[in-house]
Amino acid sequence: MTDQDLLAGARVPDETLVRLRGRLADAAAAEDLLDVAYRTLDSPVGTLLVAATPAGVVRVAFEVQGHDAALEELAAAVSPRVLEAPHRLDVVARELEEYFTGRRRAFDVALDLRLARGFRREVVEHLSLVPYGTTATYAWVASLAGRPAAVRAVGTACARNPLPLVLPCHRVVRSDGTAGRYAGGDAAKHLLLRLEQEQA
Amino acid sequence: MGVREPFERAVQAHGPTVLRVCRAVLGADEAEDAWSETFLAALRAWPDLPDRTDVRAWLVTVAHRKAVDVVRRNARATPVAEPPDRAVHDEPRDLDLWQAVAALPHKQRHAVALHHLGGLPYDEVAALLGGSSAAARRAASDGVAALRVALGADAPRPTAPTGGRP
Repeated sequence: MTDQDLLAGARVPDETLVRLRGRLADAAAAEDLLDVAYRTLDSPVGTLLVAATPAGVVRVAFEVQGHDAALEELAAAVSPRVLEAPHRLDVVARELEEYFTGRRRAFDVALDLRLARGFRREVVEHLSLVPYGTTATYAWVASLAGRPAAVRAVGTACARNPLPLVLPCHRVVRSDGTAGRYAGGDAAKHLLLRLEQEQA
Repeated sequence: MGVREPFERAVQAHGPTVLRVCRAVLGADEAEDAWSETFLAALRAWPDLPDRTDVRAWLVTVAHRKAVDVVRRNARATPVAEPPDRAVHDEPRDLDLWQAVAALPHKQRHAVALHHLGGLPYDEVAALLGGSSAAARRAASDGVAALRVALGADAPRPTAPTGGRP
């Protein structure tokens, strides 16, 4: 028996670690050390990563965007004090679930828009003006945001929307009626538009 | 200074190791308290942790510090007999091991915790426990030998993979 085998009894039960991590998240929040809390949740458009700062929901990332990359971006742009803390995101998770089952048309949670700056922020702040179940063109959103010529910049802002679903960039389509690209993938964009049209 | 990775990765990667180190020198409940204090302190320091820090070794060192604090704190409190372990937290086989570790002399117990469970090299173990690196090696080795006897596992020792000792 090697030393390794001898000490192999020193296993740590998973449920103990889950409990300790929950306790750590609570203690961190109580001491203002939980700068970014996140969780993942299953959805019809793949597993979503949802993250929040004390100010509000800061990021929704599709699986195809890479959740690890999203967490690294948060660590760099907000703070490396990042913890998985599912209960801190209970409200937005429930609202997303209601949205996907057609029971919710708009989100009612505090948002932290710090990942979208300048004109990109102007654009994402106007996305909620596109009504549920409808679509608008990039040109229309550009006008709404006060820069009618900035159609391409609107496209970029939508593609880099830090809060997709919550701020509905999926409702913005090309002038020729085709859907245009989407951070969650073309199939996800079609699924969301179809879901909303069926409910509207 | 580079940007640190999300703290959650350190918790997931090293949480089990830190708990084993704490558990080796403390009872089950106290070990959980020390684990929480370790990661809370680490979270506070995380953004300013120097680049190229060996995160696991650093966490094991913090954990040992916190565990020693817990022992001191409890020593100052009303002395009671060895607090009963909440065996419910441990698998039966694990409990045997933790009881055997708890029965080791102080230095052996800490050397086994830091080297065999925490993965610290002997010079770092010596820095934490005092004494020479050779003494730390001896304490860890004697501790493991005692554990073999206690656990009825003293089968012939296989040849050490690293060859002879310096």
